Amino acid sequence: MRKLLLLLTVVTVGLVFIARLFYLQVYNKQAYNLFEDSAIKKVYDYPKRGYVYDRNGKLLVANQPSYDVMVIPREVEPLDTLEFCRLLKISKDDFKKTYDRAKNYSPRLPSVFVPQLSKTDYAVLQEKMRKFKGFYIQKRFLRDYRTSIGANVLGDIGEVNQRIIERQPYYKMGDLIGKQGVELSYEKILRGVKGIKFIQKDRFNKNIGPYKEGRYDTLPQPGKDIKITIDSDLQQYGELLMTNKRGGIVAIDPSNGEILALVTGPSYNPNLLVGRERNKHFSRLFLDTITRPTWDRGLQAQYPPGSPFKVINALIGLQEGVINTSDKVTCRMGYYYGSRRLTGCHHHKSPVDMNNGIAQSCNAYFVNAYRKIVDKYDDAGNAMNTWAKHAKSFGLGNYLGYDLPVGQKGRIPDGDYYDKAYGDNRWGSTYIVSNAIGQGEVEATPIQLANMAAAIGNRGYYYTPHIIKDIEGETIDTKYTTPKYTTIDKRHFEPVIQGMFDVYNKGTAATLRIPGIDICGKTGTAENFIKIDSVKTQLTDHSIFVAFAPKDNPKIAIAVFVENGYWGSRFAGRMASLMIEKYIKGEITRTDMEHWILTHSLENEYAKPYSGEPFKINGETTLQVVDKVVADKVEKLKNDDLSNSIRINANQSNQK
Amino acid sequence: MYRENHRGFRFDWITIVLFLLLVGFGWLNILSASHEGEITSYFDMSQLYGKHLVFIGLTFVLIVLILSLEAKFYERFASIIYIAAMLALVGLFIFGKDVNGARSWYGIGSMTIQPSEFAKSATALALAKYMSDLQTNMNSLKDQLRAVAIIMVPAILILLQNDAGSTLVYTSFFFVFYREGLQQVYLIIGLSTIVLAVLALKFGLIAVAIVAAIVLIIVYFFRRKKRNSIIQSIVLLLVCIAFSAGVKLFYKHVLQPHQQNRISLWLRLEKDPVLLEKMKKEEAYNLIQSEQAISSGGLFGKGFLQGTRTTGKFVPEQETDYIFSTVGEEWGFLGSTLVVILFMALIIRILYLAESQKSQFSRVYGYGVASVFFIHFTINTGMVMGLIPTVGIPLPFFSYGGSGLWGFTILLFIFIKLDSNKINEW
Repeated sequence: MRKLLLLLTVVTVGLVFIARLFYLQVYNKQAYNLFEDSAIKKVYDYPKRGYVYDRNGKLLVANQPSYDVMVIPREVEPLDTLEFCRLLKISKDDFKKTYDRAKNYSPRLPSVFVPQLSKTDYAVLQEKMRKFKGFYIQKRFLRDYRTSIGANVLGDIGEVNQRIIERQPYYKMGDLIGKQGVELSYEKILRGVKGIKFIQKDRFNKNIGPYKEGRYDTLPQPGKDIKITIDSDLQQYGELLMTNKRGGIVAIDPSNGEILALVTGPSYNPNLLVGRERNKHFSRLFLDTITRPTWDRGLQAQYPPGSPFKVINALIGLQEGVINTSDKVTCRMGYYYGSRRLTGCHHHKSPVDMNNGIAQSCNAYFVNAYRKIVDKYDDAGNAMNTWAKHAKSFGLGNYLGYDLPVGQKGRIPDGDYYDKAYGDNRWGSTYIVSNAIGQGEVEATPIQLANMAAAIGNRGYYYTPHIIKDIEGETIDTKYTTPKYTTIDKRHFEPVIQGMFDVYNKGTAATLRIPGIDICGKTGTAENFIKIDSVKTQLTDHSIFVAFAPKDNPKIAIAVFVENGYWGSRFAGRMASLMIEKYIKGEITRTDMEHWILTHSLENEYAKPYSGEPFKINGETTLQVVDKVVADKVEKLKNDDLSNSIRINANQSNQK
Repeated sequence: MYRENHRGFRFDWITIVLFLLLVGFGWLNILSASHEGEITSYFDMSQLYGKHLVFIGLTFVLIVLILSLEAKFYERFASIIYIAAMLALVGLFIFGKDVNGARSWYGIGSMTIQPSEFAKSATALALAKYMSDLQTNMNSLKDQLRAVAIIMVPAILILLQNDAGSTLVYTSFFFVFYREGLQQVYLIIGLSTIVLAVLALKFGLIAVAIVAAIVLIIVYFFRRKKRNSIIQSIVLLLVCIAFSAGVKLFYKHVLQPHQQNRISLWLRLEKDPVLLEKMKKEEAYNLIQSEQAISSGGLFGKGFLQGTRTTGKFVPEQETDYIFSTVGEEWGFLGSTLVVILFMALIIRILYLAESQKSQFSRVYGYGVASVFFIHFTINTGMVMGLIPTVGIPLPFFSYGGSGLWGFTILLFIFIKLDSNKINEW
């Protein structure tokens, strides 16, 4: 026993140590990861972010250098603070505050001291930088928007947040990532791949050379340039027309699904989200919950589509064989069910056949057609499911699948929807007649309506709308080059298209004709309500217009939505006609129409619900007339917003 | 083992091979831990690894010297060697040089020598001499106290030089006493002391009282003679409580703040998150860095000279007391386990040889050698892996430093010499 004590102790201790080593090195150990090794510094080499061009090759988004003054507090030596502050244009208090913050963060690691110097400040400072030990200048690239339009399409880039870093480990603290628009949807293509160098550090955080002679280091891969489908002239014109109004314009090339213009009003200058003042502008724009400039109305605003939806009902009725083009319906200023009027209508000649029903936008005609569709089957649920299937084949009621990061599904109710709402079989066609005229439960976004117009213009198919035209050295997704067919036979389109053509010839848009272009369109006027202090209040109707042109082999399909613009041809119809003329002819001959749009504002209308006073709507209102909006002036207004932000070298030559 | 009465083969080659492996592997790790930039020459005297290589070279001179002396020399001169070593320790108070707050070094030119490293061999020799004396009876209290005094003299001198770690080494001689016939009761008392101290610090006096009471009640019922034992038990219980209170007072008022912190970290006494965070940056910095380095080695390690934390010198003192963290990082679980096994093998081999000695002197000395290696190995590696509170003592043959290397070599090779002579001890 006496001989064994030390022996046993030695063996026990040895085994305990081996167990401990096993715990530390094998059991408890995460796989070794160079990136998580705090002894290895990772230095990233950021590639050039790809440029963005419009469909005609005009450069829209480039890069600009930005210079951040960095500080490593531990290395700072006493300095002439006054001179330093003067050079950086900061106060001495700022200096102290920022310095303390940097020191608190880490005395050893670099922090941003003053972000994004202007180029002139940089030039002056650079000369004297060596006098300020512990400070240095770091160059970064920011976006340089060579235009003031299309903020909603182009999007912006910003620093990644913790959530992104957790989900996508490619990004490190301080990296930039696309936040909206094409910057977001084509992030991977635009950003390229950053290069990395591994550097061995010692415990004082000093570099002591490349790790393993740079064996794991990689070179950056530059981001690729992209060309988007936007026609910047058309986009700019659309934004001009939208001035003083709220709504969206979406123009699509029906022959390939390319989005020619995607206008939302109000918008902002994309350069607002670049530079030192980014955060300030960002919160101002995002916190504006009344005008909502960052809300893309073309993609995200879900409105009742109104009368343009009638053409879908006409097509479904023809396809289902419940109506034909020649049957006439009498309209007595509305549709009567027994003695009850289900829908009103405006004044037009009566009775109407399909052609006139579309041209005059007769509510009675379409309620009649819609009821025939719903009553075709014994079970209204089945009928509505069939109806919904047809409607959805136009890209309504679900995400379209375009390549921009935001959107709404819209809504096409089916049988199940009403079974849920009313109870199984406890409803019939008369319950839901509002759908006949694009009110009621039906909702759509402007891009869905534009796409619907494209599908009608193509006589039964459409290409998924998309914003990407070309990627440097790559082909675009085949999903955008494969046509999608509707469930309506081609032969049913002609009479309907003729009706839409007659909207311009003799119908609700007869005053909007553009000489030399055969436009097919459909006006819409949608009732809408909001809650003011939890009281449902009706506002002035939305002005809606859907069109395509020319009638045969259309080049452009368009949907225009103007909030509270009253009847369809009043605002939306004019704007749609002007956009079509601008795109097809490249110039405006209907200057009278243009003048009218540019001198009328709806701002008064929008202010009403917030005034706290009772207000009048629709026909009882008068329209606000303003000085003619001039393109240059709009541009200037937008740029004036930037007076506080830094615009580094606006005229800088193309950096490529 | 093939042994022959032939010069050159009398030495225990297993021990010598283990020694060579440890020294060689130790140097490789010193090279890793101390190199800065390119290694131009292994003999680069501006670098620690170059210096250590010279120390190793000189070690062989020492070995030849030790082995060429008569074995009887060590027994005869044990007392004189001991007295000389004690004088060297005392001399430190007058001529010594302060390094890191400990007055443990003599400065000779640019060289420094730490006599406490040599005092271990001297003490082991003196103890062996005293205990092997025919007139010494380890069961008598008087002789026990004398033996303890031989240990206490260097221990106290070293403690006064502010080198508490090295003092702790002398407690290892307890194993020698026990082997040579110290009563069982001391073992029980010793173990109880450690358990009580830990319990008192970690859980407080009430816990101590409860545990002690339960143990004593169990012991009471198993004893055959019950007379008087109730009073005995109660007295014992009171002694336990008094001792625990003493430990708490000692911890609070006698220990220096850094020592308190080390124990507090080990027993996880600090609960305040702010103070804990502060400790992590200060007192526990070494410990955390070394655990991280070891842990990052994984199963196979990052490879020789490839340890990122070693290359970056993240673990302070990594070429001396914390050299094992380099082993852990670069050689992984396999390499560090190998080192543990090498040390176990060395100690067990020495124990085996000690038991086979014919002379009591050689046996006691051998036991002393094994005990000293054991305590160094246990405390150092245990500390580096975070099992034992931080105590600054070197890992034999691994840690950088001439005095340490030579001290351990002398300790070991005197025993090898004694062992080689056992054939003549009939």
